[in-house]
Amino acid sequence: MTTDTAAGPEAGSRVLLSGNEAVAQGAVEAGVLVAVGYPGTPSTEILESIADRTDLDVRWSPNEKVALDVALGASLGGVRSIAVMKHVGVNVAADTLMTAAYTGVGAGLVLISADDPGMHSSQNEQDNRAYARMAGIPLLEPSDSGEAKEYTKLAFEISEQFDTPVLVRTTTRVSHNRGVVELGSRVDKPTIGFTRDPKKYVMIPGHARARRPVLLERLEQLATYVETSPLTVESGSDSTVGVVTSGISHHYVREVLPDAKLLKLGLSYPLPMKRIRAFAESVDRLFVVEELDPHVEDALRADGISVAGKEFFSRSGELDPDVVRRGFAAAGVVPQMPSITAAPATVSRPPLMCPGCPHTPPFLALKRLGAVVTGDIGCYTLASLEPLAAMDTCVAMGSSIGMAVGMAASGGAEGPVVATIGDSTFLHGGIPGLIEAVYNKANITVLILDNGTVAMTGGQEHPGSGITLQGTDTTPIDLVGLCESLGVKDVRVVDPYDLAATYGAIEGAMAYAGPSVVITNRPCVEAPTKIRDTPFEVISDACTACQACMTPGCPSIVWSDELFEGRRKVVIDPVTCTGCTLCAQLCPPLAIVPVTKEVAGV
Amino acid sequence: MSEGTRGLLLSGVGGQGVILASMIVADALLNAGFDVKQSEVHGMAQRGGSVFSHIRWGEDVDSPLVPKGSAEVLAAFEWAEAIRWVEYVREGGAVVADIRTIVPPGACNDKRAWTERYPGIDAELFNDRQLKTRLVDAAATATELGNVRAANSVILGSVAAFLDVEQDHWEAAIERLVPRGTVEINLAAFREGREVAMARVPRPPIAPEGFSGPHQIDINHVWCKGCDICSRVCPEYCLAVDVDGRLNIINPEACTGCRLCELLCPDFAIEIHAPQTPAAMADANPAGGTT
Ligand SMILES: Cc1ncc(C[n+]2csc(CCOP(=O)(O)OP(=O)(O)O)c2C)c(N)n1
Ligand code: SF4
Ligand code: SF4
Repeated sequence: MTTDTAAGPEAGSRVLLSGNEAVAQGAVEAGVLVAVGYPGTPSTEILESIADRTDLDVRWSPNEKVALDVALGASLGGVRSIAVMKHVGVNVAADTLMTAAYTGVGAGLVLISADDPGMHSSQNEQDNRAYARMAGIPLLEPSDSGEAKEYTKLAFEISEQFDTPVLVRTTTRVSHNRGVVELGSRVDKPTIGFTRDPKKYVMIPGHARARRPVLLERLEQLATYVETSPLTVESGSDSTVGVVTSGISHHYVREVLPDAKLLKLGLSYPLPMKRIRAFAESVDRLFVVEELDPHVEDALRADGISVAGKEFFSRSGELDPDVVRRGFAAAGVVPQMPSITAAPATVSRPPLMCPGCPHTPPFLALKRLGAVVTGDIGCYTLASLEPLAAMDTCVAMGSSIGMAVGMAASGGAEGPVVATIGDSTFLHGGIPGLIEAVYNKANITVLILDNGTVAMTGGQEHPGSGITLQGTDTTPIDLVGLCESLGVKDVRVVDPYDLAATYGAIEGAMAYAGPSVVITNRPCVEAPTKIRDTPFEVISDACTACQACMTPGCPSIVWSDELFEGRRKVVIDPVTCTGCTLCAQLCPPLAIVPVTKEVAGV
Repeated sequence: MSEGTRGLLLSGVGGQGVILASMIVADALLNAGFDVKQSEVHGMAQRGGSVFSHIRWGEDVDSPLVPKGSAEVLAAFEWAEAIRWVEYVREGGAVVADIRTIVPPGACNDKRAWTERYPGIDAELFNDRQLKTRLVDAAATATELGNVRAANSVILGSVAAFLDVEQDHWEAAIERLVPRGTVEINLAAFREGREVAMARVPRPPIAPEGFSGPHQIDINHVWCKGCDICSRVCPEYCLAVDVDGRLNIINPEACTGCRLCELLCPDFAIEIHAPQTPAAMADANPAGGTT
């Protein structure tokens, strides 16, 4: 979706935008000049939606910390900047964030954290509102696309007015919800330049000690500001029940209690305590409904306000209208929901590695070789599921290598220890782990799955791809040269579509005493280009139904209705098969062959 | 305020184009002047997993998520994904399901019995929920029209048959959102899908054996334009259109289940359901209180 009010829809027109597109639009209207981040669901489309704007500097960084550093540097340089990441990305950037709260900003600096309650695509569901309190910076929580745009714009104003980075927290149901947004026009914010001020920007202890009271003073001012903020909205008329909410929860509560008095907090750190207290006094029973942690509830309790919340609305998982209704039913506010006839049984459908995925063969080899596999985050994490079931750990981006070093040091692993890590993950957080392996002489093998892209999040460019987010050519990071320069003596590159060679390379690397690296080098079949070769088919008469071809779990292969000695033969779906040849390499009677031309035309 | 907000669910398998299809629906509803929210999930789920998208529309929409048991229509691009999400459809709502099956490899791992764990296609499966089921062979229809890739538009056409959104709004949305060069074929597929869903499915006699009591008259007010045909033909004077043009049931006890209204309604806005048997009534109301 284009957000350029010059080339796209006119300012003033009403369009459907996702929360992510709306955040980007808000930043554009606010005159942002530098927008930087690292991909991560549900935040990724924010930068992608404005990547084609040549008047902005929109870029992927190798990781979230670097992204926030770039944004902070640009802000000090005098241009409005935004850093964009998923919730766990803020952990990576937290080191910068905590002290950026001391330095304050030059031009406006906004950090977008896209949280993922319910863990639709994440390894945890941490509630990043806690970061606002820990860092001591203001927090905005939009609840839909319209607010996502407006709050992002306002965040830049607050950032400059109070000289602080501002955290805008969305959630999956805001980021990936499309809603109606009225477009505005961009205000130009030319650079205000960098002003040298070591006492503000050089955080040595002597300076930082002076900045800490500044930060606390600023929080006091923000606490006063929020009392009159238009982002605190009271609605409804029935005062028997009052509910304090923020973000998407507001809409769920409104759905379930159409008339109740609600206090919606758009700016939820620091809290407008005076308004909350007045609201509490105006209702008979007070609830807080918020997703995940009792961020608001605890603050109310600490202030002596009696309130109900997490005993009715779970701390785990996301809310939805049904969950909120059940909570209010348990609290005796609404009648119990009539029960809904459960859906008939159906087949489970977990996510799978794609047909022809180049990550599949190395995991098939690792399984055969009996390796203990510390894994990492990316498409290849799906190798932990049946039928490959060839990954033993997955914790945080880049953790695989350090964990392999520790696992090897423990002596507790039966079998060789192998770390598996995607190319983008390696560049994000894996390199220090490899340095650790070299420095402390670990006997591990690191398998770098180089598919040229950040596949899991939809196929973004990264420093190894040789191309930037805005489409310009750049120097690709040379993975082999990088590993060798770190001091790894055994570095092998292998084509994963050659199963025997892949097996041999991994086995050889495992035999090497010391840190070794194997790099697989086939591009992702889905991005940046869809790779489709002649599909394969099963000659049914030759199939002995041994199931060997089923071991990689390719989604294109399923059972046919024909039997051989009571076992099901298999068929290949010619539409989805990419022609990677893997199953054909596994078939003992050579029953799997490329389809003839006429069939391929299907 | 969310009063009058309605919902729709789309479901399918990663890679089937569920998200583009739901963008088209949302755009059509926006064109029709509604407030719209549409919610989907990206990322992990798209790798061959189950994918769904919620759409809600009305005057002023609150929750983007459809509460269970409230969707007007479930549009499923794959059969197993129709079953998975059917709980979201309201009683009397509709299921438009592609008869396409995508069997996940995980359904083929019972190597004792050698039976697939994939549910068979069954047009009657949702009958006990009083749903209107339309099974659509979208791929065949689209192939006949010239391009199998337009299959999703066939499904959207069938969905359109259940919503009060004018054809023009749908077509504008399709024109804006489908890839350039495929507009004509997608429009043709959409129109065909609408025809398919409008074709009346013959229904078996509806009174259960040995019981004749008042039948249930189910009026779809979205489709009813208050033309008054039904109320004039009803032999038992069960129906009447009021001054606002709204059709009301004025004499529910008298319905004999003749179905004249249902058969003559030009907008398919009335359905007559079997009377509940005394046993079923007792089940539904175990405490014996008034309902
Ligand atoms: C700290 C953090 N940032 C971002 C993400 C989102 N994320 C999940 S996997 C992934 C990268 C995958 O890329 P790569 O390692 O190249 O593997 P591929 O998916 O291409 O196989 C990202 C960015 C995350 N989980 N954690
Ligand atoms: S490995 Fe070959 S023989 Fe065995 S089931 Fe697969 S196709 Fe048939
Ligand atoms: S060649 Fe075999 S393994 Fe590769 S995509 Fe086709 S069916 Fe799957």
